[in-house]
Amino acid sequence: MVRLASIAIFLALLCASTSAQAQQQALAVTEIAPGVFVHEGVTALMTRENEGAIANVGFIIGDSGVAVIDTGGSVREGERLLAAIRARTDEPIRYVINTHAHPDHVFGNAAFAHEGTLFVGHSNCPRALATRGQFYIDNFRRIMGHELINPVRLMAATVLVDGTLTLDLGSRALVLRAWPTAHSDNDLTVLDVKSGTLFAGDLVFLRHVPVLDGSLRGWLKALDELSAISAQRVVPGHGHVSEWPAALADERRYLQTLLSDVRTLFARGRPIAEAARQAASSERSHWELFDDYNARNATAAFSEIEWE
Amino acid sequence: MFRACFRLLCTAMLSVMLGTHLARADNTDGYDPWPGLVQDIFNNRPMNDGGGVIAIEMPYRAEDAAIVPVKLRTTLSPDDSRSVRTITLVIDRNPAPMAAKFELGRDANVTEISTRVRVNSYTDVHAVAELSDGKLYVVKTYVKASGGCSAPAAKNVEEAKNRLGQMRFRQFATSDQDRAKGVREAQIMIGHPNNSGLQMDQLTQLYIPAFFVDQLKLWQDDSLVLAMEGGISISEDPNLRFTYVSNGAKRFRAEARDTDGHVFRNEWDIDKPGI
Repeated sequence: MVRLASIAIFLALLCASTSAQAQQQALAVTEIAPGVFVHEGVTALMTRENEGAIANVGFIIGDSGVAVIDTGGSVREGERLLAAIRARTDEPIRYVINTHAHPDHVFGNAAFAHEGTLFVGHSNCPRALATRGQFYIDNFRRIMGHELINPVRLMAATVLVDGTLTLDLGSRALVLRAWPTAHSDNDLTVLDVKSGTLFAGDLVFLRHVPVLDGSLRGWLKALDELSAISAQRVVPGHGHVSEWPAALADERRYLQTLLSDVRTLFARGRPIAEAARQAASSERSHWELFDDYNARNATAAFSEIEWE
Repeated sequence: MFRACFRLLCTAMLSVMLGTHLARADNTDGYDPWPGLVQDIFNNRPMNDGGGVIAIEMPYRAEDAAIVPVKLRTTLSPDDSRSVRTITLVIDRNPAPMAAKFELGRDANVTEISTRVRVNSYTDVHAVAELSDGKLYVVKTYVKASGGCSAPAAKNVEEAKNRLGQMRFRQFATSDQDRAKGVREAQIMIGHPNNSGLQMDQLTQLYIPAFFVDQLKLWQDDSLVLAMEGGISISEDPNLRFTYVSNGAKRFRAEARDTDGHVFRNEWDIDKPGI
């Protein structure tokens, strides 16, 4: 009897799991401008429950093709993004653009591995995946489990951007720009000229505390140039789609506070561990996930400032 | 018996399907690498409790996997006739667990060493002191791995290359009391990518070769203050902050070697030499 019940439960779960995979419910997306669609990720860490869907991902439909901008934190999320695209157009997906190599932006790449789809990234992006990718997979397998992480493939871009590159989706030009080290050493932005929409990747954070994985001084410098870009709205890497360039104000204040605090601590001869506890603490109330990332940002910033 | 086994099997399969058996974010898999490390690194020599001899401080969580501060302190009472000769830092679950072995200069009375390490996983970290009595004394702490997009790799590879071999020496103000006893605090930084050699290039399937500082020696004039044998767990741009007692020397000297055979040397004036 127990044995039969066990088998029944086992089979029931097997069926449930298979059908869930077969359906791949489309990711909820909003058309923020004609032909421009965005799914806003939740402001959270990547977990099994949220399937890694914490970053903003999107796609742009032109007359002759589609470009996907970031693929999410799991192949499951990538498949759901694909389903959202297929619910709106049958045009071929010509490009998958990764704004940088972080797991919440690239783990969904495998969902788009089809002939004719080109993967596009910053010229440093393949190296970042090479040096960090396996660590990300191991780390997130622990956090998100085998089922979500086993299908992840580290698919490096083959169309590399150094400077700028314009992609044509058919009466629709996307201007891609590779940035010097800022949030990371492989940040790429995508400007949809037609709608004036800037996909800024993690060069722009709102609500979600900025995460420093490149160069603090480089990032602040990039913000000056970034703000000069003519656009109506920005799709940040994390946070709501917002008006441009007003959306930069909070992030700039945070990064400037961090820089000024670590410089002061450094000048006073304080150790790096103290910087981790203190720098930018005045910013706590302005951000979500502050305690998850601020100490890390301060650590990275301090080690950068030491070489000024 | 069979039925019980079958039920167990079913439960196991269910838990595999639900992924629950690996839901733990820590490494409570029951496997403890430490006994094997004692054998490999310390030739199975007996380990004594290091309380009252040495202390280790690390944050409970590795905020940035590439830069985790660690502070080692000797805590022997001043009237103890023994002295600390070496301190070995072991990050149990890192790919190369032996992070560093510090040799403390006989006359320098180094009591604090702070450095930065990479932490790949949830892990115990051990500090093992060898004393002048020839015995080993161990303390340990536990560090949770970082999350998010943090990785034990360089953030700015070009910058790291540009800094190769640059050295900086810094001296810190100490309390009047310490100064009266000749206690100094200083820091040495060496620009170096300290590549681990464990990172595979996904395109070529070749490993990026290891390239790291494996030896660092610091002297006041000709008297050894501190030496380090470093491994790949030491963070990019190796950084040591330490206390020592001045012997009145006017010059501080440093020599670092890396795995490619580069030798980097530099020397600096000591602020207000003399005790």
